[in-house]
Amino acid sequence: MVQQSLNIERRSATTTPSPGVRHSVEVAKLIDISKCIGCKACQAACMEWNDIRDEVGTCKGVYDNPPDLSAGSWTVMRFSEVEAENGKLEWLIRKDGCMHCADPGCLKACPAPGAIIQHTNGIVDFQQENCTGCGYCITGCPFNIPRLSPKDHKAYKCTLCSDRIGAGLEPACAKTCPTGAIMFGSKKEMIIHAEGRIADLKERGYQNAGLYNPEGVGGTHVMYVLQHADKPELYSGLVKDPQISPLVVFWKGIAKPLMSYGLGVAVLTGIMHYVTVGPNETEEDETEK
Amino acid sequence: MNNKSGLILRHTPGVRANHWFVAIVFILATLSGLAFFHPAFFFLSSLFGGGPWAKVLHPFIGVILLAAFFMLASKEWQYNRVTDADRQWQKQALDIMLMRPVKMPDIGRYNLGQKYLFRTLLLMIAVLFLTGIVIWQPYFAPRFSIGLVRLAVVAHGVAGFVTITAIIVHIYAAYWTRGAIRGMTRGTVTAAWAKHHYPGWYKEMSRGSK
Repeated sequence: MVQQSLNIERRSATTTPSPGVRHSVEVAKLIDISKCIGCKACQAACMEWNDIRDEVGTCKGVYDNPPDLSAGSWTVMRFSEVEAENGKLEWLIRKDGCMHCADPGCLKACPAPGAIIQHTNGIVDFQQENCTGCGYCITGCPFNIPRLSPKDHKAYKCTLCSDRIGAGLEPACAKTCPTGAIMFGSKKEMIIHAEGRIADLKERGYQNAGLYNPEGVGGTHVMYVLQHADKPELYSGLVKDPQISPLVVFWKGIAKPLMSYGLGVAVLTGIMHYVTVGPNETEEDETEK
Repeated sequence: MNNKSGLILRHTPGVRANHWFVAIVFILATLSGLAFFHPAFFFLSSLFGGGPWAKVLHPFIGVILLAAFFMLASKEWQYNRVTDADRQWQKQALDIMLMRPVKMPDIGRYNLGQKYLFRTLLLMIAVLFLTGIVIWQPYFAPRFSIGLVRLAVVAHGVAGFVTITAIIVHIYAAYWTRGAIRGMTRGTVTAAWAKHHYPGWYKEMSRGSK
């Protein structure tokens, strides 16, 4: 939701600069999957703070509950049992939600001015009062995050608790996490903290431990510490090299500006033809010839 | 079908009503669609009551356009075979556009430019409809894979551009060819006009009346 006092880096469907002279520190949430116990306190804290209540569903026979993100569930824990190395069973639990990309596909795809904004601190936030409900953000997102509400036809997702951060607090999920698996701070600090954790994991035998901060979307403001950073897809299909779809890049970045000029040129060509060649008139006595 | 006043019936009242209904719906579809085409056109959504209303109305307008256009197309379908005269016309098209003196080949009811326009619209409106269904939130889009939706949003934009460009050409050509618009508003054209622009059709009409 809105936090007007935060400084704006980019607004959707806006071709002039956003109000961004003030600079703020880039923030990040660091989710250390090796510390997560799957208690879902973050899910509960998220719905508590944001006053969202999803519909009560049914048990699917697995721990994933609710089974997917929705307009009423902005974060969900995804549980996967995998044998990553030498037949050793591992239970990998990933807190899924918006990654707050530095290069947000949702914002690029959005046709409504100011419906998606990126703050200078890195938070990508939906402004539902400007949302038209077209669902283009869904096509732009490489992580399959935004959801349209069946109730009001607006798109919703994690705000990174922009309202709390604007007031100097940490996100609700980070505040509540009992194991310290969710950390919050400046992006720089979080990367340094992650390096310590990764060194620790490597010592404990996770040779491929690493930080998930994918370059394809310019880095993210939600990062994961993964035990198996070489195989992010083990974590319930976390995308290995996420990128805004080339179709969306072509559509929004090239085709539409070019075609807009094209329409102008077509009209101008008609006018120029008329004033140079003149109208195509018929002599009325032509039939007599 | 010459009558005493020397006027020839070009379009029946039914076709005229259908054509102008399509024209109105097309303009509404264009204005509401352009709002989402590029931020420069977003202000057009105000004509429909703002962004959410433009988004809600645009696909329904599109369905009405499809129905009305295909009704018109079914009446005009028969006149759109390409003839030898059309091929001759194509060679002279630039001369005609620049109004250099040429001998007009025996063009039938429509010239090749109009036939191409008809075919372009037929194809593009079908593409707009099909891709429009795929991206129509919240009713149909969730049923399709994200890859297909991404392809459809691009195809919808490109087809929209082609269609609008074709209509700009259509409107200008009708305005430029003096005497053409009355054929679609009042239904009749002068015999001289018919002979000048569509000699083949003119011969056919005069034969019919004798």
